[in-house]
Amino acid sequence: MKDVLKSKVILITGTNTTANHPIIANYIHEAVMKNGAKLIVVDPRRIKLVDICHLWLRPKVGTNVAWLNGLMNVIINENLQDQEYINQRTTGYEELKKTVSKYSPDHVADITGIPAKDLVAAARLYATEKPGSILYAMGITQHTSGVNNVKCIASLAMLCGNVGIEGGGVNPLRGQNNVQGSCDMGGLPNVFTGYQAVTDGTVRDKFAKAWKVSALPEKVGLTVTEMTALDGPIKALYIMGENPMLSEADIHHVAKKLSSLDFLVVQDLFLTETAKLADVVLPSACFAEKDGTFTNTERKVLRVRKALDAKGESIEDHQIISAISKKMGYEMDYPNSSSVMDEINRLTPSYGGITYDRIEKEGGLAWPCPTLDHPGTPILHIQRFTRGEGVFFPIEYQPSAELPDAEYPFVLTTGRVHAHYHTGTMTRKGNALNQICPEALAEINVEDAKALKVVDGEYVNIVSRRGSIRIKALVSEITDHGVVFVPFHFYESAVNNLTNCALDPVSKIPELKICAVKIVKAA
Amino acid sequence: MSIVRLKIDGKEITSEKNTTILQAATNAGIKIPTLCYHERLNPIGSCRLCVVEIAGYDEPVTACNTPVLEGIEVVTNSDSLYRMRQESLKLLLVHHPLDCPICDKAGECTLQDLVFEYGIQIENYKAPEKPVEAVYATPLIKYWPDRCVMCLRCVTACREIKAAHALDVAKTGGTANLVFHPDRCVSCGECMQLCPVGALTENVSRMKSRSFIVNKVPTTCTYCGCGCQMELHVLNNQVVNVTGKNDIGVNHGSLCVKGRFGYEFIASDQRLTKPLVKRNGKFEEAGWDEALNLVAKRFSQIKNENGPDAIGGFASARCTNEDNFIFQKFMRAVIGTNNVDHCARL
Ligand code: SF4
Ligand code: SF4
Ligand code: SF4
Ligand code: FES
Repeated sequence: MKDVLKSKVILITGTNTTANHPIIANYIHEAVMKNGAKLIVVDPRRIKLVDICHLWLRPKVGTNVAWLNGLMNVIINENLQDQEYINQRTTGYEELKKTVSKYSPDHVADITGIPAKDLVAAARLYATEKPGSILYAMGITQHTSGVNNVKCIASLAMLCGNVGIEGGGVNPLRGQNNVQGSCDMGGLPNVFTGYQAVTDGTVRDKFAKAWKVSALPEKVGLTVTEMTALDGPIKALYIMGENPMLSEADIHHVAKKLSSLDFLVVQDLFLTETAKLADVVLPSACFAEKDGTFTNTERKVLRVRKALDAKGESIEDHQIISAISKKMGYEMDYPNSSSVMDEINRLTPSYGGITYDRIEKEGGLAWPCPTLDHPGTPILHIQRFTRGEGVFFPIEYQPSAELPDAEYPFVLTTGRVHAHYHTGTMTRKGNALNQICPEALAEINVEDAKALKVVDGEYVNIVSRRGSIRIKALVSEITDHGVVFVPFHFYESAVNNLTNCALDPVSKIPELKICAVKIVKAA
Repeated sequence: MSIVRLKIDGKEITSEKNTTILQAATNAGIKIPTLCYHERLNPIGSCRLCVVEIAGYDEPVTACNTPVLEGIEVVTNSDSLYRMRQESLKLLLVHHPLDCPICDKAGECTLQDLVFEYGIQIENYKAPEKPVEAVYATPLIKYWPDRCVMCLRCVTACREIKAAHALDVAKTGGTANLVFHPDRCVSCGECMQLCPVGALTENVSRMKSRSFIVNKVPTTCTYCGCGCQMELHVLNNQVVNVTGKNDIGVNHGSLCVKGRFGYEFIASDQRLTKPLVKRNGKFEEAGWDEALNLVAKRFSQIKNENGPDAIGGFASARCTNEDNFIFQKFMRAVIGTNNVDHCARL
């Protein structure tokens, strides 16, 4: 994260960094205010960083591929690409060139609403100041075109040779604290720890042997969205510390599915909206009451330390799981969390050298860190060199799954606000943060509000093809014409009543960022 | 990078060209007292405690914002410097109530330490009737104007680190005052973290603590993927304060509003304290053994009747790596399915 302090130009997109990753925003501030780096913001919303940026491009929601191709079009036309890097390190350049040649600034302006001259200026700025880094987050991935967006971003960085160098690169910003860690630990349907594929026989044998079972399942499992599909095969769910009733797209069908299960176990700190539907609720200890590790967005493994005795009878999550396991006839015996880490070290090459002892002495370690004497790998894309050539993927722009029409004329997008976190399970339990941000506010553009005859602070109903919510309006210049933004932390006005569960075909991430709605003044 | 040679307190040292006398001295292990200087901020130069003498100069200079020069000879300690520092401190104390007994900062206050070190006796100081609390940019922080030494660290931090510009200085009739712009404040508490005295204190915890009696436990923030390093201040099994920790190069001591002030949930009386089992549509408290027996029995039943792939599990981005590891091990080795995922692939 501190790497941006070395950047000369920073392009951020799809991330309201100030709200979602405040510390990274600090480093961006420092880079710009103290070191004089140039900042390009590409975001449909007038996010806070726009205040200090050099260029702000405001694309229509869901048109990422178009403007990304547009930037590459300009760079190639003006011969600003890093040809040496492209020749030596990459393949697929000619195909990319052919595809992006169709995305002239004028054509892109038609699709995205970004004035051609701004697009050209941004392309020149990004291509000529080096090193340049790109930061992106959910505004990029939460679309049906999410995976394509990410590929385009990677192409843009490679085009300018901004890969695997300090102050360069492509940096996805992960949302929740330990998304990185839960992926690394195999909390995914297709991989064990360290992204070792369940379809690989040797890998399965290794784990089966270590875990003393005869065989492990080889079929790739279901994703959260598939597991909550109404007509899916799931009869029982075990949910640890998640609140899909607020976080998943289209919560109507999630509620229906959870209520129709034969058996639902929820393990959490609070009786969440999801826990209320459970057959059994198990109280777990919170981060201040346990030992363990989190892995942050730059893959650094950091210690969590027990500061308090757990509330009431609650116990640590892994101890609850071990106890259930024992009752099902499978011994799991871990005297403490560091003994769990020992097993992770043994089974996970990328975590091989990350022990509690070392973290204690050396501070956080970034994986891959295969052995005890390996220093860790703070900049990952250096790996691209070892793995071989970077590949350019030519991608065509496709419109979002649900676009506004006469009946539902507004684009709804969702996200976070500064003072709350994800589904608000924790942040909304105290006075402090509620004082700063007591309720959900729908951000509506000044002009739109005028047309709707809605004033700041009035309630509106926002209606989509799937449902409706009542919510207070915040009239501002933050959102563009025709766009309304609603944060998803608040159960009283759960925005995911409205959203679309069309999935990205590859990542299976639902299109939470965009759907069509109408707005009516509430009675 | 060009190198400069100089002498500090008779010691020959070399330093990079663009460093200050203070940085050069610190690197050489020579301590110069400071109050307004903070390593993360551009030098402010407001307190004049860091005065040093340079041979051949008429006046002492402030070490924190004076760059090193080839061949200079610097003296960091002399009778006259000592007296100057004493005077600066006394000047601060004229306005500063010595309400250390009721100040959150007592025990880790730079002013307190300096006054102690320089053996300052207060002759004509009259304590104010009642400590004044003023309204601040955010309701989560209290401002005590009497205690403020106008070092301007807070203003600088808010501008340079947060780019929020929520604090400013206004000069009215010779005296400078802080001005607040609450509409621009994001309640990050950076200003409070960097205030060297007790002029900014947190306004969340009902229980107050002293820095020397709490147990400070270093840990990682639970909220977002930045993974900020922080210290939980614990008293009687309760978190009473949270401060940023500056050792791993993750957050440089900064936190955001959630990490710094969002700790009330830990002690919330809405926390679950016992397992709950639903009977006839209503939750009833149960013992661990009873609840876990039920879970084990039902999972086994469903697995036998419908196969392991009829069961699914959601791991969690809110739990530790160890919790997630055990969770997927359980789903794969004990249940026998790869149906494991988490909500936040986003
Ligand atoms: S809390 Fe943060 S934003 Fe508010 S005044 Fe302090 S430093 Fe500035
Ligand atoms: S509030 Fe604290 S940091 Fe700000 S000027 Fe006063 S003493 Fe310095
Ligand atoms: S303090 Fe704020 S920025 Fe840091 S990890 Fe916590 S939530 Fe993220
Ligand atoms: S530390 Fe140099 S003037 Fe304050």
